[in-house]
Amino acid sequence: MDVQVWTYIIVGITFVIYIGIAIWSRAGSTGEFYVAGGGVHPLANGMATAADWMSAASFISMAGLISFMGYDGAVYLMGWTGGYVLLALLLAPYLRKFGKFTVPDFIGDRYYSNVARSVAVICALFVSFTYVSGQMRGVGVVFSRFLEVEINTGIIIGMGIVFFYAVMGGMKGITYTQVAQYCVLIFAFMVPIFFISIQLTGHWLPQLGFGGKLLENGTYLLDHLDGLHEQLGFTAYTDGSKSMQDVFFITAALMIGTAGLPHVIVRFFTVPRVKDARLSAGYALVFIAILYTTAPALAAFARTNLIQTVSGQSYQDMPEWFTKWEVTGLISFEDKNQDGKIQYLADPDQNELIIDQDIMVLANPEIAQLPNWVIALVAAGGLAAALSTAAGLLLVISTSVAHDLIKKQINPKISERGELMIARIAAAFAVVVAGYFGINPPDFVAAVVALAFGLAAASFFPAIVLGIFYSRMNKEGAIAGMLVGLISMLLYILKFKFGFLGGGGPQDWWFGISPEGFGTAAMIINFAVSLIVSRFTPPPPDYIQEMISNIRKP
Amino acid sequence: MTNTGSNYWKKNKRYLLILLVIWFFVSYGCGILFAPMLDQIRVGGFKLGFWFAQQGSIYVFVAIIFVYVVLMNKLDKSYKEEEKP
Repeated sequence: MDVQVWTYIIVGITFVIYIGIAIWSRAGSTGEFYVAGGGVHPLANGMATAADWMSAASFISMAGLISFMGYDGAVYLMGWTGGYVLLALLLAPYLRKFGKFTVPDFIGDRYYSNVARSVAVICALFVSFTYVSGQMRGVGVVFSRFLEVEINTGIIIGMGIVFFYAVMGGMKGITYTQVAQYCVLIFAFMVPIFFISIQLTGHWLPQLGFGGKLLENGTYLLDHLDGLHEQLGFTAYTDGSKSMQDVFFITAALMIGTAGLPHVIVRFFTVPRVKDARLSAGYALVFIAILYTTAPALAAFARTNLIQTVSGQSYQDMPEWFTKWEVTGLISFEDKNQDGKIQYLADPDQNELIIDQDIMVLANPEIAQLPNWVIALVAAGGLAAALSTAAGLLLVISTSVAHDLIKKQINPKISERGELMIARIAAAFAVVVAGYFGINPPDFVAAVVALAFGLAAASFFPAIVLGIFYSRMNKEGAIAGMLVGLISMLLYILKFKFGFLGGGGPQDWWFGISPEGFGTAAMIINFAVSLIVSRFTPPPPDYIQEMISNIRKP
Repeated sequence: MTNTGSNYWKKNKRYLLILLVIWFFVSYGCGILFAPMLDQIRVGGFKLGFWFAQQGSIYVFVAIIFVYVVLMNKLDKSYKEEEKP
């Protein structure tokens, strides 16, 4: 059977499963809609968290990115896993003990202030909308490449599916579809890599193949790759080109940002007990680590395969996948010296080949000459990754509006049914807005992703941690800290990403910190401001002290 | 806060401190700050600093969380026994 038919079959089956789960798990109350009734098994929650967290970018782009960055790819690998340690140790158990529905709930109650609550709602909405438009775009891209439909049609199909299970099932529907989506995405990611690892190194486990010897010449894979890089004028694969302090700051910003992302935090409100929150953070990281320890191995395999297939070879002899992906624009070749051969070099004046990072995962099964059903599986995996993350984000948007704004601030007397209705309408509205941004992506999507992490790190993380661990922290300190953190992050991004306020290049960065890493600095500023302001303002009332000591008990 | 309650919290904070020091040491230490130094040491096909940055730190993160889970479950249990008259 050809790839097209396989793809329709496999993607079709997964969609039927998602819709079936949605019908089975309809939400009947706001508790079910916001936190799945608080009755999710920690193992199921771990899988759901992993699917929620791993987006289209993790699935499609990350391995490719690493393969071009070499050592520097560690900022993503450590940054997007290390945050779970912070979550499991510093946030999840206490927020579960607090036992409400959302992050703004905690901030608003702990700091006895609707101003703090509103600041948190604004951050949550901003972070989530930024993220979700990227996911819808990812859905469209997968559809257009594998099913040969228009990107826009693909986005509308994706919107329809997410609409169905997010609006009907709320958190309950999302949780159980995410469990299914995790299984699909991890299976799809791993299968091609087992094959490739065996082909190259003889080890079936990619984590071992990564440090193993190549079958063809008996040298270690990484040494061989370093050698290839040096021949072509790149820096060695296992050395980085970013400065050490920048790697440090970016890693920290991604870790702390991860721990501060509302759609991840809210998942820990869905388990029955405090100890389950800790355990399910552990499970989540195991499920994430399966992909995150495989991705760097894949990156090295793909890089080696690619260089050996193309470098110095004649264009005429390129395999079929090369020309196929050339049509999509993901590979482009320009014969600058007219010798009919492909020169792939670090020097931009002589380099003749431009390769998009996404190809490392998308074209991988073809490069390794795997059967057609594996290629179809990759399509289904990419869709699962994008849809699961989109759904989690949409839920944050809908609860922020229905619960944090309407129920807690505008109309506290609203009935349970009314609130549920509004939550559904908000989810539906958010799906439409996300779809709109997916179809008409703003040019600055890439730039604002850094902003999303930076904002989460600069606003939520310090406010929550201080709220739990420093009982003297009061509303004045927390609000001032969040605002100063937010504003400094925004200004830095505006200056160095968008060229406002005089703009500037890498040589002007403060202390050599790139905008991607500035979230760490903004977080430090937030902590400092919070602590100083709280010293000079009255301590929180007694009932807050009591609430904190209650959160700290098992 | 009762006496046992504050004991529980103190112990919890000590666990956190120790585990976060390990967390910081493997990722920012071995993976970044000392990576050039550790790269002199080889384990199989890996330079050690590179391995910590792209593999080892992630395994340690997983281990840290599960150690914390076990420690806290134990602490919860002893706390509940003390609470009983």
